[in-house]
Amino acid sequence: MTDKLHINDLENEAIYIMREVAAQFEKPVLLFSGGKDSITLVRLAEKAFYPAKIPFPLMHIDTGHNFPETIAFRDKLVEELGLELIVRNVQDSIDQGKVKEETGRYSSRNMLQTTTLLDAIEEFKFDACIGGARRDEEKARAKERIFSVRDDFGQWDEKNQRPELFDMLNGNIDLGQNVRVFPISNWTELDVWTYIENENLEIPSIYFAHKRAVFIRDGMIWSHSDFVYKDEEEEVEERMVRFRTVGDMSCTAAVDSYAATISEVVAEIRDSSISERGARIDDKRSESAMEKRKQQGYF
Amino acid sequence: MEVLKIATAGSVDDGKSTLIGRLLYDTKSLTEDKLEAIERSSKQKGYDYLDFSLATDGLVAEREQGITIDVAHIYFSTNTRSYIIADTPGHVEYTRNMVTGASTSQAAIILIDARHGVIEQTYRHFFINNLLRIKDVIVAINKMDLVAFSEERYNEIKSDFQKLVAKSDYENQNITFIPVSALKGDNVVESSTIMTWYKGQTLLEHLEKLDTKDIYNNGKMRFPVQYVIRPKTAEFHDYRGYAGKVYGGEIKVGDEVVVLPSKTKTRVKEINFNGKKYNSAARRSSISVVLENDVNVSRGDMIVKVNELPKIEKQFTATLSWMCNKELTAGAKYILQHGVHKVLAKVSAINNKIETDFSGVKTNISSLQMNDIASVSLQLNKPIFFDSFKEHRTNGAFILIDSQTNNTVGVGFIR
Repeated sequence: MTDKLHINDLENEAIYIMREVAAQFEKPVLLFSGGKDSITLVRLAEKAFYPAKIPFPLMHIDTGHNFPETIAFRDKLVEELGLELIVRNVQDSIDQGKVKEETGRYSSRNMLQTTTLLDAIEEFKFDACIGGARRDEEKARAKERIFSVRDDFGQWDEKNQRPELFDMLNGNIDLGQNVRVFPISNWTELDVWTYIENENLEIPSIYFAHKRAVFIRDGMIWSHSDFVYKDEEEEVEERMVRFRTVGDMSCTAAVDSYAATISEVVAEIRDSSISERGARIDDKRSESAMEKRKQQGYF
Repeated sequence: MEVLKIATAGSVDDGKSTLIGRLLYDTKSLTEDKLEAIERSSKQKGYDYLDFSLATDGLVAEREQGITIDVAHIYFSTNTRSYIIADTPGHVEYTRNMVTGASTSQAAIILIDARHGVIEQTYRHFFINNLLRIKDVIVAINKMDLVAFSEERYNEIKSDFQKLVAKSDYENQNITFIPVSALKGDNVVESSTIMTWYKGQTLLEHLEKLDTKDIYNNGKMRFPVQYVIRPKTAEFHDYRGYAGKVYGGEIKVGDEVVVLPSKTKTRVKEINFNGKKYNSAARRSSISVVLENDVNVSRGDMIVKVNELPKIEKQFTATLSWMCNKELTAGAKYILQHGVHKVLAKVSAINNKIETDFSGVKTNISSLQMNDIASVSLQLNKPIFFDSFKEHRTNGAFILIDSQTNNTVGVGFIR
């Protein structure tokens, strides 16, 4: 049950965390992908500092394989709110020879983001990166602290995390280290949707049901696009679908849906028997796909 | 209804993960894909039952060793409540992670293996729950299926546990005993069809009806200033809002308040949140406050009501849980964080070590090792504004930070 009081509780907690970031760090940044979780973060940041402006920039690590609807939405939101947006491109990391593009059937740029992110953190000397990860998403995420310290290689030491007690967030770090901060750790997918509904937040159109060219592989619905590898025998069809998460096109599967409004989406999530990350192709790589990515510096 | 946070405690193989898995499974909170993953992995391991620990032990090292190393947060909801379970490790060496998980929880489930009964780890788990002043403790006597669902065995364990309770100094604690079989599902969500001698509620029924009024209502109003909002725009040129979270009670426009440490008296002029003005704000609200007079207020200061002053001291004694593998010796200096306020602190004396098996204290202690709990005296370079932990769960706790490693090395509960 996600009634108003529960959502208010979560909102108060997230705002408290945002303010701790602004107070304890020199150069924080909010990692923004244009997805529902980071849109929620932006609204929470607005509320945390009103009537002052959000005291940190937004940063998008662009894989270059995003849904065009998401990028258009991102640029519009930033302009409307008068925020500063930094974009760093995975393509540049590929061009510089720092990462190698995957090839073949399951190729994706999702993993490559880590290098671009770590380079950007170093470039701007960010000491805190606010992200929209939630503990309910995935079992390695369930282990995450709210202030999660990363060493100067961006790495997460999952076996030796800092104790985190009551509301006291310890943001003391060494030079070169940074903290990943997760203000909506304790929110569930349904909480985020309920919040978006309550706040009447705008979200990219791909979250709503629409006709899309797709093909089926391993029981999942893949987008037909130049960015997504497809065998010749895999057949493209038009289908009414929507997306539950917004990642790189190559790692985000669609779900069959007719939900055209936020309240229909909320109803659909409430009745769904599949978890949100059930449609994340990148999590299916192994039992510990997320943990491995996080150890390397993924957010 | 507010969200209910619960911490679980139990030794290795007491079946914590199975219990949580059972709660999720029987409340239909496990999605098909997660259930399939559990079925797949259970099969791979050659089990003829579902190994729910796979749902909670999220780290490779945990799955390899079959133990819980760090806290996992698990979410589920019913028509009555939303729950967050902090699945905390039972191993002695991960006590600090257990304290971490329990510190944000309002109720605790202590698991006991019915075959083994009350063991030393049970003492420790109960002790930590007392230290954290967890009001509602549920003792789940698990694996009843392995003791032939025996009422006699249940009563024996219950009576052993009550001897522990008698040694505790926490008077108004609610302790509930429930015989369960997490594996078979008896008395977790569904009533047992075998243990008909047990007339009480199932675990979930108990959680659903837990009265949370007391546990949320924690003491007098404390408003630690987190951040000063100064927009300096044309529209809000002179605006100066003090942002923070309200702890205990409520704050109202017109309240006569004192700003600490300067002890300046003033009144609350506005309570703001997201561009709207409010007449009052309840505990746990993250708001910002404008004061009537132009007082100098900065982060770490605290706003309280005139007739509700906390203690303002530079020295005090506290119960300290030491969380670092570098030992603590008397005279060592640390950064002390109390709420959002940071000061320098010296542990001037280790008075005695407190045994977590309720056997009393050990004096003449020269140092503390990781996971030790002790009474210590502290001396600060600047005063902090505190209540005793018994009176105020948030304003009576602090952490110690090692200034060389920046790590959180201890948590203290002010006497």
